[in-house]
Amino acid sequence: MLNRTADSVARATPEPLARKVRGISDKGLAWLFISPTILLLLAINIFPLFWAIYLSFTNFRANRPNEVVKNLGFANYQRILGDQDIWIAMQTTAHFVFWTILLQTLIGFTLAWLIDRKFRGHAFWTTIILVPMMLSPAVVGNFWRFLYEPQIGLFAYAISFVTRIPPTDIQMLSNVELAPWSIIIVDTWMWTPYVMLICLAGLRSIPEYIYEAAEVDRASNWRQFWSITLPMALPFIMLAVLFRGIENFKMFDMVNLLTGGGPGSTTEVASITLKRQAFESWRTGYSSAFAIILFVAVFGLANIYVKALNKVKQR
Amino acid sequence: MKSSLKLALGLTSAITASTAVSNVAHAEDLTLCWAAWDPANALVELSKDFTKETGIGMKFEFVPWTNYADRFLNELNSHGKLCDLIIGDSQWIGGSAENGHYVKLNDFFDKEKISMDDFVPATVVGYSEWPKNTPNYWALPAMGDVVGWTYRKDWFSKPELQKEFKEKYGWDLGPPTTFDQLKQIAEFFQKREIDGKTVYGASIYTERGSEGITMGAMDVLYSFGFQYENPKKPYEMEGFVNSEKSVKGLEFYKALYDCCTPPGASNSYMGEGVDAFKSGQVAMHMNFAFTWPGLQKDENVGGDKIGYFVNPKGPDGEQFAQLGGQGISVVSYSDKQESALKYIKWFANKDVQAKWWSLGGYSCLNAVVKDPAFPASQPYAQTFLDSMAIVKDFWAEPSYAPLLQASQKRFHDYVVAGQGSAKDALDGLVKDWTQVFQDDGKM
Repeated sequence: MLNRTADSVARATPEPLARKVRGISDKGLAWLFISPTILLLLAINIFPLFWAIYLSFTNFRANRPNEVVKNLGFANYQRILGDQDIWIAMQTTAHFVFWTILLQTLIGFTLAWLIDRKFRGHAFWTTIILVPMMLSPAVVGNFWRFLYEPQIGLFAYAISFVTRIPPTDIQMLSNVELAPWSIIIVDTWMWTPYVMLICLAGLRSIPEYIYEAAEVDRASNWRQFWSITLPMALPFIMLAVLFRGIENFKMFDMVNLLTGGGPGSTTEVASITLKRQAFESWRTGYSSAFAIILFVAVFGLANIYVKALNKVKQR
Repeated sequence: MKSSLKLALGLTSAITASTAVSNVAHAEDLTLCWAAWDPANALVELSKDFTKETGIGMKFEFVPWTNYADRFLNELNSHGKLCDLIIGDSQWIGGSAENGHYVKLNDFFDKEKISMDDFVPATVVGYSEWPKNTPNYWALPAMGDVVGWTYRKDWFSKPELQKEFKEKYGWDLGPPTTFDQLKQIAEFFQKREIDGKTVYGASIYTERGSEGITMGAMDVLYSFGFQYENPKKPYEMEGFVNSEKSVKGLEFYKALYDCCTPPGASNSYMGEGVDAFKSGQVAMHMNFAFTWPGLQKDENVGGDKIGYFVNPKGPDGEQFAQLGGQGISVVSYSDKQESALKYIKWFANKDVQAKWWSLGGYSCLNAVVKDPAFPASQPYAQTFLDSMAIVKDFWAEPSYAPLLQASQKRFHDYVVAGQGSAKDALDGLVKDWTQVFQDDGKM
């Protein structure tokens, strides 16, 4: 039946076109099909990357198109690496990445472990837990900004109810000590479900018979957790850490919406500094160099991490 | 089949014809770009007269203040044709002139007999000239604006508060004339119960993202003796930007922020200030004059309950105010420059300017603001006039953006985050600004 259809299609193909198609090899045909995608990728990914590398060696400013572009060599890179403000922004980013990943992994894994118990209504609770992750960061940012309001925000009132501190003194977004934590709390609230999902996949991939064998050997629950659950779920946990690490290293939207990098520069993570240099100060060459440094840092760290992940998987 | 083909052809022709007609009708429509705020609505109303007179339609592209600079500077830098006319911020004038974004208007002004002498001098320097104080005009002063203050007249006139204030500070509670007095009033009202509600001293600019804290801090620093550069040697900033007087001014601004602002007001600019005043949170409110017509009309805090005062004097009696406002320019990438110039000519007309003021815009035309009836025309008119007489503006250099970003960071780090001292902040600012001017080859 299939052959007959193919024959009829072949016969129906106009002779000149058939001859042309017959002239293309399989490899040629494959290139023909993938070339639009490759061209698109080249245009929107590869070309801008190389263009940014080129700009990073110049004094180009996008708001002065008529100005002569000078080659500065490595001057932009030298200036960035010697700029104290950049290092402060990198430290802020590292602080943010460390705490969000730590909290999200701990809470996410715990939730996944609990959900994996398959108690009554676990499907319902899984859905509820996933809700924050499904919201847009813009919605979450604005929503939490109101919650954190010291005069009308529910968060301040809830903390005040427990601690008896007046709500107007709980200034999550204005206080230098509290502002970084306000962002960590929101990011953890939003993205812990994502870590939970990956961990849950890891926990569900552990074959039941291993636990049955452990039961036969009279291994305690604690022993089963340390010797079976954690090692076998570890590649999944590491994968979640990798994804969240990369995402949080370039975190922009939530910080921009909640604090805009303030108070002062307390929450000014690297991506906020980059945006300010590129689109507010219009130092395009300088910001390109900074973007390249960030790219190399993330790429390098991710590569080291992936190698470690592969080792864990091979064990 | 035939009839349906005819129907389809008929419909296609009708649609094509109507599109063509509409294209012809709107071929000369002008697009005016500005910020999304109350005066923009007044301009829409005003521009209907222009369409009536000339047949040229007007379209408007208004962007909220927080994105205004990003959006339109991107548009100009990319040589976009979206805007035929633009009401650009005063600090853009240097960059827009040097980068060829705006059409130079000297020849047009000469031809149409539009004289810059007919406009308030500060607005001509601030909104039109580049280089400053030279007769090179790139815009027509369109919207005069300046930072001033509003206060709760009804609270100030409460006898029990007046009595308590007099006992405490030894002078009558009223609009302050010095910054010391302003701080005393703010302290007096901070966390006070009025009509069963906790109120606060003052709302001031603290916004970090665009230009807020710079506009607010400068508004105070000028009167304390801050200068951008050595008047005898351009771009020499050491000892001027970070002079002892400037340090005192910045310390004052931080003290005012620490003692007397509402909780959480660490990122407050025009909108947040208006909200704080309208919701009855604050006794005094720093803001640009464009907010005053709206506040005057407000049912809860307007009318007899609101008063206005000029930016107070500093410790040495100096008195300045931060200039706001904008000029209207023709975008050099527009294909409709001729019609755009017609709009400028129409807008410069005295009657149009008078109507502009009556609708809520702030005219910069002498014939309007020096009219004997002007001070009494609105409760805030005299304060506006007095404020416009003492204005100073931020750098309008082509590099104004990095200059502004530097001051935003230095001021916010010190005033809001409490990092370092005022001297550190201003020394850092000299360093940052020097770097910018060195990069520009001006030092």
